[in-house]
Amino acid sequence: MSTAAPVSKPRRVALFIACFNDTLFPETGRAVVTVLERLGLEVDFPAEQTCCGQMHANSGYQLEAVPLVRRFVDVFADVEAIVTPSGSCAAMVHDQYRRLAELAGDPGLARAVDEVAPRVHEFSRFLVDVMETTDVGAYYPHRVAYHPTCHSLRLLRVGEAPLRLLRSVRGLELVELEAANECCGFGGTFAVKNADTSAAMLTDKLRRVLDSGAEAVTALDNSCLLHIGGGLARLQTGVRAVHLAEILASTEDEPAPAPAGEVSA
Amino acid sequence: MSFEPAPFPVAARRELADSQLRANLRRATTTIRAKRAAVVSELPDWEELREAGRRIKYDAIRHLDKHLERLEESVTAAGGKVHWARDGAEAIEIVARVAREHSTDEVIKVKSLATDEIDLNEGLAERGIHAIETDLAELIIQLAGDQSSHILVPAIHRNRAEIRELFRRELGIAELTDDPHELAEAARKYLRSKFLSVPVAVSGANFAVAETGAVGVVESEGNGRMCVTLPRALVSIVGIEKILPRFRDLEVMLQLLPRSATGERMNPYTSIWTGVTPGDGPQEFHLVLLDNGRTNVLADPIGRDALHCIRCSACLNVCPVYERTGGHAYRSIYPGPIGAILTPQLRGLEQAPTLPWASSLCGACYEVCPVKIDIPKLLVHLRGRVVREVEGKGRPDPEVVAMRAFARILVSPRRYRVAQRAGRIGQWPLARRGMIRKLPGPLAGWTAVRDMKPIPRQTFREWWEERR
Repeated sequence: MSTAAPVSKPRRVALFIACFNDTLFPETGRAVVTVLERLGLEVDFPAEQTCCGQMHANSGYQLEAVPLVRRFVDVFADVEAIVTPSGSCAAMVHDQYRRLAELAGDPGLARAVDEVAPRVHEFSRFLVDVMETTDVGAYYPHRVAYHPTCHSLRLLRVGEAPLRLLRSVRGLELVELEAANECCGFGGTFAVKNADTSAAMLTDKLRRVLDSGAEAVTALDNSCLLHIGGGLARLQTGVRAVHLAEILASTEDEPAPAPAGEVSA
Repeated sequence: MSFEPAPFPVAARRELADSQLRANLRRATTTIRAKRAAVVSELPDWEELREAGRRIKYDAIRHLDKHLERLEESVTAAGGKVHWARDGAEAIEIVARVAREHSTDEVIKVKSLATDEIDLNEGLAERGIHAIETDLAELIIQLAGDQSSHILVPAIHRNRAEIRELFRRELGIAELTDDPHELAEAARKYLRSKFLSVPVAVSGANFAVAETGAVGVVESEGNGRMCVTLPRALVSIVGIEKILPRFRDLEVMLQLLPRSATGERMNPYTSIWTGVTPGDGPQEFHLVLLDNGRTNVLADPIGRDALHCIRCSACLNVCPVYERTGGHAYRSIYPGPIGAILTPQLRGLEQAPTLPWASSLCGACYEVCPVKIDIPKLLVHLRGRVVREVEGKGRPDPEVVAMRAFARILVSPRRYRVAQRAGRIGQWPLARRGMIRKLPGPLAGWTAVRDMKPIPRQTFREWWEERR
């Protein structure tokens, strides 16, 4: 499931934002653009992209997800490198696209998946493995706990990449998170279909975050962070959930904005 | 004792509220996880062993027909008698017949999931035969009229204080502390008289070797050894998927199983017998090969990987869902991640349609499975089958309609943008001071314990377009 690194560092990358970030976390997308451009990359955003299909595929609607697979491989067909700030969407492409093409009985789609999937990179792995950098010039003077999301940990096997990036951030104090590898209880539709069990898992994760003394908890997926952050907010803990990209985008000159609630129209 | 059916979320809710259960489970699973991790890490070739285990089970299941015929020949040649049982009723009838032939109304039992799966004890009781569990935890369950909640540690939900009370009440022992040695001694005294007097034993098996006809039970307490050596007749009820092609396959399995199961390098007792040996052990051996839904599982080329399971329970011990809900929430003798993929397939999807959703798909189970069953992949596969074969049939339920409509929105960039704007406008009655505190309908579970971030003023793509 490793993402094969291209022979040379790309000059242009296409951003796959993921529907979830596009709609709910535009600040993460802006942060990814900031970091990639800071590294001298030209960032492209193919406007025809929508959703990778993970929610449907994981909820039993594999057949409904197939047109979304097709859309993804079409939109990103001619791109050298695709970067996404969602570990689970990247894992979806690497782990499930091939199976969905087979389920659809579409060998052409399977070939297209084989073409595109190796060029899909989760954001932190892209920085560390492809761009071969861990210091992106960030400044974030806070105590931070890192939660390894299950899909980035076990499907993408991002390993140390996000931690190496965090350790290079000036002012940042990385604190130990007990039982870090344990699932936070989000699990997509699991959080609503098995809301009570999800809540029990969340409570234990929140306890560990609070015990760590962190001011912020970070991860590679805003879906898990919406769940963890939603719990932190409900309990008025004063601890915030923030995507890794936003930490890396923060500098002395342009520090990360305080996460005041944005109220919609 | 069989389980009353209940959807997983409903059963889980009840279990989650049991603070004693939560504490017992947390302590037990944390301990056993650490033990497993320690003994696995000392083997440099653990990953190769897992791969070898996977291949052995793949071969066993892929060519099950051939191996089963070979097993029948080998066991028969070694003096055993092979029976084929389509379902639990047929298997129970075979045991009852053997008991009658030996004029006994009692049989002693080795801990066995296959016999629990078919409710053997209840079936025998209906025929006037009392089955006595000899495994300590199974005895606790039986005396308490309780149900198993773990594949390997059936009484994991009980602590020693609860067990002391049970023994005082059921075994009539007045003076008893909660010291584990004393509790085990009390059980031992009760059981010893049974081992020496009951003429028929019933066991399951961890393995049945096609090549030689050897059948094996792996255990910790020695009660199994007593049962398979002392009685005059032994009946082993074995699921057809328990087969191993070759005797040397045990080399791999006997390394994988104890380390994954109890976190031991080697289990204390491994009993292997081949047919009957004159003058040594039971002089009558019956092997009951049980189907009970397994050939249906075999018909699903993805789902059948569940038949590779060697019942080690490592997946239960690492599962964050199991750790919190315990085994009873799964309403099956097979709980946890493996139960979530096995039970719906053995019983039929419509009998347990909520189980494939009893997982956050975190993948911890796959990571520890000694035969590398990709449990998350099977869960997702079975969710698809439930939607297509159960929920999507007949009058479609509202979720199916909504998810299909949502897919049609996502596949069109234009409709997707319209939906983003509609969501932003539609949410305004819900947002209060920057957060949504209460969501309606099926999403209410989310805001029961979490705030929901509202959709902000500008989507990423709107920002991108404005910037260009």
